Amino acid sequence: MHEFSVAQNIVEIVTGSFRNSGAKKIVSVEIDVGTLSGVIIDALEFAMNSAKKESPIENAIVKINDIQAKAKCNECKKEFELSDFFSICTYCSSTNFEIIKGKELKVKSIEVE
Amino acid sequence: MCDTCGCEDPNGGFTISKPGENTHQHYSHGHGDEHGHSHDHSHGHHHDHGHDHHHHEHAHPGSRTISIEQDVLQKNNLLAERNRGYIEGKDIIAFNLVSSPGSGKTTILEKTIIELSDKKFYVIEGDQQTMNDANRIDATGASVVQVNTGSGCHLDAEMVYNALKKLNPESGSVLMIENVGNLVCPAMFDLGESKRIVIISVTEGDDKPMKYPYMFESSDLCIINKTDLLPYVDFDVEKCREYAKHLNPNLEFIKFSAKTGEGMNEWFEWCILQNKQD
Repeated sequence: MHEFSVAQNIVEIVTGSFRNSGAKKIVSVEIDVGTLSGVIIDALEFAMNSAKKESPIENAIVKINDIQAKAKCNECKKEFELSDFFSICTYCSSTNFEIIKGKELKVKSIEVE
Repeated sequence: MCDTCGCEDPNGGFTISKPGENTHQHYSHGHGDEHGHSHDHSHGHHHDHGHDHHHHEHAHPGSRTISIEQDVLQKNNLLAERNRGYIEGKDIIAFNLVSSPGSGKTTILEKTIIELSDKKFYVIEGDQQTMNDANRIDATGASVVQVNTGSGCHLDAEMVYNALKKLNPESGSVLMIENVGNLVCPAMFDLGESKRIVIISVTEGDDKPMKYPYMFESSDLCIINKTDLLPYVDFDVEKCREYAKHLNPNLEFIKFSAKTGEGMNEWFEWCILQNKQD
């Protein structure tokens, strides 16, 4: 359940940025989570509900963007979407590829008033 | 609540204790940043990064969007790099041992510390509760601290930072960090180690790398432990290697048994080699 640590970090990052912004209220928070980030979105949503209590984002809308993983094949040089680490290139079936997208785990932005 | 002294331990804090000492220190995450890595980096760089901002059609009147673009684990990663700088500066080699509970991490450590007696070892033991593992290591003569994570499922860089302060390891030594037994969460948290070692015992099943890819993807060495039990279990060593190699072509392997001594020398040589490389 490392999602709880992740949620606590999110609350901390957002709270810091909010304080620096001089705004009165956080309306929404946008988070990017890659499908290969190692974080389960359902578990993160659940953890966020508890981590944000008594913080400035308690009543903010938390929007989690699910970022589809993509790889570039080292053989045929084409890009393809992959579902997990054991995927193969959809064009040439090679297992030799670099993951270029999908490991994101970041606070993208906050909307404040 | 702390089960040693009964004091309240809010915020999912952790404790660090040394065998033979009656006191232990409490730490809590988040606040108490006495190490001064304050996070007021003012991330308010309001420029547009050019990636789809979904145009915020839901924008509330009078509201504004602040771009943050900060890695959620940035705080841990910064502190991990700080630990890495400390250990490199003191010419220490640090190993982060990760595995499921019961795979034999502590036994491997005990054997290693006793056999490589010309090396000075320091050990950080991570468990949710008890001093059991620290007491076992203490009996070998190595300096050890126990981190009890309480409800936490992994060690993080802050715990290692505080444990290092308490251990105060000497230059040229070896630091062994035995992570909490868990093949999921510790994969995400860099501690500042030189190398990560994943241990899998043959009683666990050869498809472990498929089930827990993150751990195998992020490790440098895989120790296949308890090979003396291979005749009694359906564990295909080659299959296990193949799965793990698919995830991580650079992963090295050592077949190991603390009972028969298989792989022991190979492991010692590997440890010594890392010391020379770094």
